[in-house]
Parts: sequence; C-alpha cells; structure tokens
Amino acid sequence: MTVTTSPATTSTRAGDRRPPALGGFSPAVLGIEIRRVLRNRRTLVFILIMPAVFFLLFGLPQRGQNLDNGLPVTGWIMISLAVYAAMVATTSAGAAVATERALGWSRQLRLTPLRPAAYVATKVATAMVLGLLGVLVEFAVGAASGVKLPVHVWIESGLTAWIGSLVFAAFGLFVGYLAPAENVMQFMGPVLAILAMLGGLFFPLDMLPHVMQQIAKFTPVYGVGQLARSPLTGDGLDWVAVGNVAAWTAFFGLGAARLFRRDTSRV
Amino acid sequence: MTDTAPAVELAGLTKTFGPVTAVDGLSLRISPGEVVAFLGPNGAGKTTTVDMLLGLARPDAGAVRLFGGTPAEAVRLGRVAAVMQTGGLLKDLTVAETVRMTAHFYGHTRPVSEVLERAGIADIADRPVGKCSGGQQQRLRFALALLPDPDLMVLDEPTTGMDVEGRRDFWQAIRADARSGRTVLFATHYLDEADAYADRIVLVRQGRVVADGTTAEIKNLAAGRLVRATLPGADQAALAALPGVQAVEVRGDAILVHTEDSDLVARHLLTRTAARDLEITSRNLEDAFLALTTSAA
Repeated sequence: MTVTTSPATTSTRAGDRRPPALGGFSPAVLGIEIRRVLRNRRTLVFILIMPAVFFLLFGLPQRGQNLDNGLPVTGWIMISLAVYAAMVATTSAGAAVATERALGWSRQLRLTPLRPAAYVATKVATAMVLGLLGVLVEFAVGAASGVKLPVHVWIESGLTAWIGSLVFAAFGLFVGYLAPAENVMQFMGPVLAILAMLGGLFFPLDMLPHVMQQIAKFTPVYGVGQLARSPLTGDGLDWVAVGNVAAWTAFFGLGAARLFRRDTSRV
Repeated sequence: MTDTAPAVELAGLTKTFGPVTAVDGLSLRISPGEVVAFLGPNGAGKTTTVDMLLGLARPDAGAVRLFGGTPAEAVRLGRVAAVMQTGGLLKDLTVAETVRMTAHFYGHTRPVSEVLERAGIADIADRPVGKCSGGQQQRLRFALALLPDPDLMVLDEPTTGMDVEGRRDFWQAIRADARSGRTVLFATHYLDEADAYADRIVLVRQGRVVADGTTAEIKNLAAGRLVRATLPGADQAALAALPGVQAVEVRGDAILVHTEDSDLVARHLLTRTAARDLEITSRNLEDAFLALTTSAA
C-alpha cells in the first residue's frame, strides 16, 4: 500500500487515482482472511481438531493391521481423514460467501474497486490454505501416532488430498451463492459427513450393500478419496475416480460461476 | 476534462418496484464542493436514488453521471465513497483489520491510522466489529469511506437508529473532515441535520424533487405565516394575487392564507373585506417540511 504524506489537494489527487493492481487481490488480504478463519473456534474444531480426533478414535485401534500390500491400515484411515479434513476446510471457506452476502459485506465491497473475480480468487486461495492445513495436521497426528509409509506415499497422497479438495472449494462457493444464510455451515456439516461416508472416507465402501456401492461411486467425495489413497494401495489410475473428480469439479465450478455472475450482475 | 463536469448529474431518474414508483423522473445536478442534504420522509425514494447514484441499482429510465463518467468508473478510481445505512461489516474482524483489508481494495488510499483518527475510532481499533455499538460501526463505515480520499462522499441516512450522543459524535467526525473541495451528499429525514450541515437542501417527496435551494432559501419557504379568517364567499384569486402570498385555501367559510407578509394580508382582509375572527400563526421549518413533503390531501 502506498500513501502520500502531503495533504491531498484536488489538483494533485486526480493523478493518484488508479484502480488497484490485480483487481484488488492481495496476499495481505489473504493473510487477514486466514487469521479471521483461524480465530473462529467452531471452524477450528471442525477442520483441524475433529478429523484428528477421528483418527485417534477410529484409526489407532487398527494399529498392527496391514493392507494386502503390507502397508498399514492406519495409513489408509489417515489419508481418508486427511481428505475429509481438507474437504471440510475448503467447503467452509467457500461457503463463507453466504455469510458475507447475508451480512451485506458483498454489497459494501461493490462500493470499492475490488473486482468480483479477485474476491472469489481470495476465497479460493483461503480455502486452499486451510485445506492444506487440514491435510498437514492430519498427517502430523498420523506420523506422531506411528504411521509409517514410504516417502512417496506421504507426498503423493498429501498433494492429491489437497489439490483434490479444490472441488469442495467450488462446492462451498456454489452453496454460498445459493443460500444467503449466515449459518450455512450448520447444515453443511451433516451434509459433508454423509458425503464423506458415501465417498468411502469413514469405512471401505465394500462394507456397503452392492447397490449402495454403485451409487456411492457417483457421489462427489468418492473420486478424491480413491485417488488420494491410490499411492498407498498401489491401485493404478482409477479412471472412474478421475471421471468423478472431473465431473464434480466442472459441475460445482460452473454452477458457482453461474450463481456468482447472477449475484454480481444484480444491480 | 472531467474535472469541469458536475460531481453528480442525475437526469430523469426513474425506478419502479412492481406497482410502486419509488423514484419518478428525478433530476439533480451537484457541483464539486457542494454539501447537499437530500431531505425527505421515509419512503420518499432517497435510498433508491442513492443506490442508483452509486451503481448498486439500475434505473428503469434516466441516467447517472459522476464527474462525467459512470458510477462504476468513479468507484473503481476511488472518486466516490459511501456510508450506507446498515449491514456491510464483518463481525469477526477488528475495526483496524476491516480498514486495513478495505485499504487493499483500492489503488491508492490515505493511511489507515489517519482515517481511524479522523473517524474518531482510533481508540477502539482493536475491538471486534461485532462488539461495537451502532454509532461506532457507523463511524467505521465512515472511516472506510474516507480511505480513498473521495471527491464525492455519499451518506445514506447515516445516523438512523443512533442515540443523540451517537448522532452528535458522528456529525462531529464528518465536520472535522470537512476539507474544502469534497462534495458531500447526504440523505436524511432529520431536518436539523440538513439545517446544521448542508449548504443546499433538496427536498424530495414521492420520488420527485419538490424544493431545491440553499438552506436559507428553504428556510424562507418556511419563514412565512398563516393567516386564518372567517370570510364567506372569499375571492380566492384576489387574495392569491397579494404580494407575498404563497397559497390560499378555502375551507367552507374559513380561509387560510400562507404568506411571507402577514401584516399586508391582515390589513387587506380587515379593511377591504368582511373578514372576521382573524388569526395569525407562524410556521416553522417543521411545518414547511411537512407541507412540502407530505402528499397533498
């Protein structure tokens, strides 16, 4: 931010008038946004503490059990819960636009030079930072609890869980532009839990009846979960999972873009 | 260049909501540096006009020019800033964070500490917005509006819902900021605010401008007196033709004459007509406001 120290006068001020760089997107705003989210205790519990506690409750009892390829079951659970942490984090960050619309902040922003695209970019960036944080905390808890995996699995699964959560950032934005409610995460929490279950993050899908398994493959969490675990399970590239992620990203992304345009053009 | 253009130019602005015409062909021209009160009762179309002026609402007909350009251009360059009536703040940010964040949305701003100081909220900079009183939140909105050092400041009913002290503090902050050259347009339904702060008052009723003049001129509209008398079969036209007479009403046998010169009317009535029971009462600004802004019965 640049400032002039001399008192502004009408004649010199005209020269200072310029629109912001990058439409108003800035790392400083991103920093304030992230601090703002981390200050919210409820959000912290949902995106950082709960997934970690889930691992301690449901992962640790499986210690000593191995997958067919000899890698630990706790690794399977840890990666699944890392995807869960990332999806909750990115969804809630995206859905924050609902709160800001309900509060009238979006309207206030329209009286500033901030470009709507820069606003959304900030929200997505915030979501991705929080998603990364979710993955890292889950992995840290796993590592501290004795999960041992090859280095490439840590890296590949971690990156996939993180980047894959982009689909949920889009999902959050989609919901945020759909529901102008201040407490949108209160009903999104249970929805995410059901999606995570259907996506096979809480238990292997082969525990479900066959019909449910087939339906589950079309739900939005399935693809990311499968892909994030594939470095661990050694399964090759699962094209059903890739198609799932691509389709849902396109659906939520385009849906959010459409609602966003409707919202910003409503003058 | 655009600097010679009027700060605000509204031409035939019209906006309807279903069967309701909120703004009805409103035209207004404000020169740079003017401090204008947009005065009218609730529902006169003030907020709708302000929304269109800022580009938050699209007029059904008519045009808005700010410094010769569109509202969007003026917003993008930080030439216009506004303090809106309600909402628009994030409760979980502190006062200073809100200002710092907003500062990044502009290409160029005044220093954060300076606008906090000028808005009179430097002492509560670290307070969460959600814990601020209505008046403090309003001064925060004012601080945000000061950031781009705008050429035009628009305030929409800035003190609605504030207590007396809050209103006084708020206007003190606005006055303290009154640097020469800044155009200020504020909508209000408080007469005393318009009277105390504006150079020019634009009275609106039912989406139209019903009076527009300097504060003194508007007060003159009100400075007149009301002469009431009983005069069966009064010659309304003759009375209306008397110097200084603004309006003549006939109610049965009674006549009511609004005039700037009550002596002349009284003398005329008592010497040239059969008028009796003559009464003279003075009208105040409040009466003028009511007369001008409430729909004619």
